[in-house]
Amino acid sequence: MYKKSLPLVLAALVAFSAPAFSAEGVAPPKQHWPHQGIFGTYDKGALQRGYQVYKEVCAACHGMKLLAYRDLAGIGYNADEIKAISAEYTVIDGPDDEGEMFERAARPSDRFKGPFANDKAARAANGGALPPDLSLVVKARHKHEDYIHALLTGYTNAPAVDEKTGEAIEVPTGMYWNTYFPGHMIAMAPPLVEGGVTFADGTDATVHQMARDLTQFLAWAGEPHMEARKRMGVKVMLFLFVFAGIMLAAKRKVWAAVH
Amino acid sequence: MSRPAQTEKFKNPVVQWIDERLPVFTMLIKEYGVFPMPKNANYFWSFGGMAMLMLIIMIVSGIVLAMNYTPHTSMAFDSVERIMRDVNYGWLLRYIHMNGASFFFIAVYIHIMRGLYFGSYKKPRELLWIIGVVIFLLMMATAFMGYALPWSQMSGWGVTVITSLFAKFPLVGDGIVTWLWGGFSVDNPTLNRFFALHFLLPFVLLGVVFIHVWALHITGSNNPAGIEPKSEKDTLPFHPYFTSKDGFAVVVFLIVYLGTVFFAPLALTEFDHFKSYDSMVTPPHIVPEWYFLPFYAILKSFVFDFTVILSLLAMGGLVAGFPAAYVFFKGDVKKRNLAFKALGALLAVLVTITLLALVTADLENPSAAAYLKVVIIPAALQGVLAMFGSILLLVVLPWLDSSPVKSARYRPIYKKCLLVLLVSFLVLGYTGAQLPEGWPVIAGQIATVYYFAHFLVILPYLSRKEKTLPLPNSIHEDSCSASKGK
Repeated sequence: MYKKSLPLVLAALVAFSAPAFSAEGVAPPKQHWPHQGIFGTYDKGALQRGYQVYKEVCAACHGMKLLAYRDLAGIGYNADEIKAISAEYTVIDGPDDEGEMFERAARPSDRFKGPFANDKAARAANGGALPPDLSLVVKARHKHEDYIHALLTGYTNAPAVDEKTGEAIEVPTGMYWNTYFPGHMIAMAPPLVEGGVTFADGTDATVHQMARDLTQFLAWAGEPHMEARKRMGVKVMLFLFVFAGIMLAAKRKVWAAVH
Repeated sequence: MSRPAQTEKFKNPVVQWIDERLPVFTMLIKEYGVFPMPKNANYFWSFGGMAMLMLIIMIVSGIVLAMNYTPHTSMAFDSVERIMRDVNYGWLLRYIHMNGASFFFIAVYIHIMRGLYFGSYKKPRELLWIIGVVIFLLMMATAFMGYALPWSQMSGWGVTVITSLFAKFPLVGDGIVTWLWGGFSVDNPTLNRFFALHFLLPFVLLGVVFIHVWALHITGSNNPAGIEPKSEKDTLPFHPYFTSKDGFAVVVFLIVYLGTVFFAPLALTEFDHFKSYDSMVTPPHIVPEWYFLPFYAILKSFVFDFTVILSLLAMGGLVAGFPAAYVFFKGDVKKRNLAFKALGALLAVLVTITLLALVTADLENPSAAAYLKVVIIPAALQGVLAMFGSILLLVVLPWLDSSPVKSARYRPIYKKCLLVLLVSFLVLGYTGAQLPEGWPVIAGQIATVYYFAHFLVILPYLSRKEKTLPLPNSIHEDSCSASKGK
């Protein structure tokens, strides 16, 4: 898997780092995602791997405050598994009968526990930059899934000079050069490294693979009811097409005698 | 006291009992049963009914959404996401509502275009048309306030940009903006009042739509031939002819609308609408919803401040206009006097606003050159006035176009001009979404000039000079020749 996708990644990096580095960033390459299209559904295996990447890598800095642990049923975990996952986290609850706040294990109904107490703490720990919440990140970025994947795999060395202005480019300490990030200077260090996680299903944890899985997990997180929506949509459309046919036949019959 | 004996009209005794006391069934039969429709009305006449359906869908879905929504700056965004995630079928309600706004506008834009093409604004339907313009304005206000409610980046910044337009008005501008905001920035009071008004206005809209339909049922519908029905042969009863025709059209419209809701619910939405509002982070590109873009483009088309020197040049032109008018209208004293009065009035307005600007100007280094550069009407204010003017212009449309022929079918030049207007409007819709730089600005300016010229210059001219084609003798004749033509 790794050997197959490496040339792809390299090709993508070469092909899309060539255009001028404008302030708006470079258009991410168009990809196919299994959940796109009228009948597209989420790939549950990819979602679970993506969740693992989020949990083991991204969650160090990024929260997902709109999701509760019980929502993980949507990516194929059963009630016991979700209980086990939530129990790994400790949350602050209260006040109890003595008026004291206390710590307890998280329950499936709790929202994902964030890495920082508040935005100020997040900024303090990240050199002034605020890691955005990822609950809606796929919907909240231009080009959606394609952009997220391109960003995750778009780290390169900065070119020596700006193609347009001819000025030397210097990447400040604590910043990184990303082909697809608007302005190119991003405070997030390259998050994915080869073999950074060990997938339970034995899938090779290449950077490309992790980015694909994570992107799909984030897409699901932003639109958890997509499959129900499309299923209902197909039924509604079938009904409406039949209904339109009946209405047209009725209209024709009514109007048949009119000159 | 005896009343005239009421004839039995309904077989069902319950219906008869109710109708004797409150004649709703008589009314329904009169207005939607036997109501005479011109029989040549085509599918463009179905869009009014579709717009009505959309209003009802918006009100019903909106009320249920309101039951689950929290109008507070710290909770609004998350409460909308809670609707999307945790409320039963909340995602369906929200997507029906947010795409419903777009499809309401699609139906209404086609409905307006139909009116323009077939001359539905002309006598005797002027008031019907004006009430329609009121509906359009109310829709825009309602949609704008609804867009604010999710309190996203696009919500907050959209509200900031549009409400700040009122600050461009001299003297009272800042006061108006503070009054609109309910404070000194776009904040919780703004969101609260927008929610209250977004809930109220649709019901006002419903009332005005009722008046619109009432006025329609007085004059009857226009038709593609643009001539009034003369005999019973020209019309068909609303039911079953137009209930079946509109019914089919509505189902086709629903296929497109619900197809978008279920399979491309975000197709008409900006990605910045999914970030919660942050007053410290300005999005790189603030754009309104697509249905406002043509008017937004008109706003952005004005880039030159109107200064004292330009005013002096304009005054010179007007003064030169007097001898020109004297020569031009040599034979017609009446017209000459009218031209003199118009020139004089314009001159008086120019002199007044120029003097006002000079008196109120606060210059650091007063000099002749500095006074010449004093701004009388800033570009932004021109844009605001033009944007509102472009819609209010429609109110006087029945008097700008006085041609006795209604339908563009029989007005060959008007038909072409209307096509150019449509293209201009689409160009404005495109340029409205672009950054204000490069060729889109120029394209937008050309389209803006045409938009105003179409209504203010071309229509008054065409109504007097255009050679129209012969009208059919009756609607019956028109619809017979149409069916033979197939």
